[in-house]
Amino acid sequence: MSEIRNYTMNFGPQHPAAHGVLRIIMEMDGEVIERCDPHIGLLHRGTEKLAESKPYNQSIGYMDRLDYVSMMCNEHAYVMVIEKMLGVTPPLRAQYIRVMFDEITRILNHCLWLGAHALDIGAMSVFLYCFREREDLMDCYEAVSGARMHATYYRPGGVYRDLPDSMPKYAATDRHSDDETRDRNTDREGSLLDFIEAFTDRFPGCVDEYETLLSDNRIWKQRTVDIGIVSPEKAKALGFSGAMLRGSGIEWDLRKKQPYEVYDRIDFDIPVGTNGDSYDRYLVRVEEMRQSNRIIQQCIKWLKDNPGPVMLDDYKLAPPSRENMKGDMESLIHHFKLFTEGYCIPAGEAYAAIEHPKGEFGIYMVSDGANKPYRLKIRAPGFPHLAALNEMSKGHMLADMVAIIGTQDIVFGEIDR
Amino acid sequence: MTTQSTLAEILPDLVGSSFISCQAEWGEITCEVEAKDIVEVCVKLRDAHETRFDILVDLCAVDYADYGKEGGNPWKGHRYAVVYHLLSLEHNCRLRLRAGLEDGNSLAIPSIIDVWPSADWSEREAFDLFGIIFVGHPDLRRLLTDYGFIGHPFRKDFPLSGKVEMRYDENQGRVIYQPVTVEPRTLVPRTIRKDIFSNSLRSKGTENNGA
Repeated sequence: MSEIRNYTMNFGPQHPAAHGVLRIIMEMDGEVIERCDPHIGLLHRGTEKLAESKPYNQSIGYMDRLDYVSMMCNEHAYVMVIEKMLGVTPPLRAQYIRVMFDEITRILNHCLWLGAHALDIGAMSVFLYCFREREDLMDCYEAVSGARMHATYYRPGGVYRDLPDSMPKYAATDRHSDDETRDRNTDREGSLLDFIEAFTDRFPGCVDEYETLLSDNRIWKQRTVDIGIVSPEKAKALGFSGAMLRGSGIEWDLRKKQPYEVYDRIDFDIPVGTNGDSYDRYLVRVEEMRQSNRIIQQCIKWLKDNPGPVMLDDYKLAPPSRENMKGDMESLIHHFKLFTEGYCIPAGEAYAAIEHPKGEFGIYMVSDGANKPYRLKIRAPGFPHLAALNEMSKGHMLADMVAIIGTQDIVFGEIDR
Repeated sequence: MTTQSTLAEILPDLVGSSFISCQAEWGEITCEVEAKDIVEVCVKLRDAHETRFDILVDLCAVDYADYGKEGGNPWKGHRYAVVYHLLSLEHNCRLRLRAGLEDGNSLAIPSIIDVWPSADWSEREAFDLFGIIFVGHPDLRRLLTDYGFIGHPFRKDFPLSGKVEMRYDENQGRVIYQPVTVEPRTLVPRTIRKDIFSNSLRSKGTENNGA
């Protein structure tokens, strides 16, 4: 009888289930994973080093490109640390807008995660349903910032501009008759807030649709229940955060425990898992979508009733209006100074973290008093999660590797930075 | 129950002889400790019932070589530092530990991988980007840079545009490395201005809140 030995297998970096550019070297005993060694860094762009060479405001756009499925949340942590060091508080309306867009971003992120995760494990149709809703939310991004993904909407001191009063509308084409076009435009007659409100009215029904397809689906359960179990102690030791920590039964959410912006004025619940397996994390994230929907509804109500400024009225931090610049010499100088040199931040160091859709996203900033960061460190939630891949996949079958990568909600933009 | 404000008071006793200094700024506490004792300090902070820092949120290195070069206050400590961000779920507070390291042959600090396993990749990253050796780490390989990369790119003396670039060579029929041809340039110079405006902003920020 011949000797049977472990063999090594390469996975990625160009595999569709690798969620980007992940390369894993796996040591296999037959079909069982004995050990795995993820190789990352194929998307390393040196964002932190680049930020050291740019004035503060010019790096906001780089933050979008970290976790490119939850863009505004990344910006949020970055502007929060700057505001902390400057000692400024944005106007209340800006804080509500930020909370609303953080939650829109959470739904965007979870929709992509759910679609991609289901697709990886063999459920095709969920992906199509999820992307239908993502399209509407992308339109919100576009209406408010002009870009579907990389918004650069949050600024230190508030947000770039107030919510628009009208939504862009579809035009009739060869494939869509006038009647059809009118139907497609029904939600777009009013302001952006009306459009989002219509979305929040129909979204719980959409989540029901996803759940009908998956929650009691026998194949889905066979692929996720008891896969990648993480005990609460293990989850803490491995530095987990967000849904990965809550799936293991630890009730920890920065929005509740260390509230920032106006989360302490808003009513919402934190879902927690019990078994710490992939199925529990799925249930936690699905419930988070429903809770996000609730938060958005409360924000819409407040924003409709309370008009006001969305940016601090200080030309050292926020640009003056175009109109002022044409007639007022001082405004012109301020504008020039702000966009060439930027502003200086007092020397010191600070860390600000938010509850990102994937976990705790933090920015550690060291300033020496200059107009550029001295050192910027991005604490990406996916980084410790992926580092635990070996721990989570040991003893599982090869096909479960895909399910575990899926349940971790990996995006390489933030892990490789 | 320990809170963020009482934490600063109990730290000197808890950390003991390894304690150097402690400061609170913007509601955050930074504790400077001896690099050689970092493992004992971390074990104490993790296990003591009044702290219970059960999560290592982040670990990173800082190179202070150019700190305050443009007219600010120069950095008084060691050139390098390893910074640890800790979080206690039980007490809901955070702590930043800093351990200074001098440049030289022994740019080394004990690894804390046995205290928090999550330090694994973070230490590999700090080694990769800054060249700091974590003594006791079982698998200290490069993490983010390319296979076969030379140098430590996040040090302040490493140019932003790098040292080598890659291109396809038609004669040799393969991809080759060559010295960079990019001219380094600065679009916006670093400036330190002492007349910080944040005092005027501070008062304004609170006024605007009534919106």
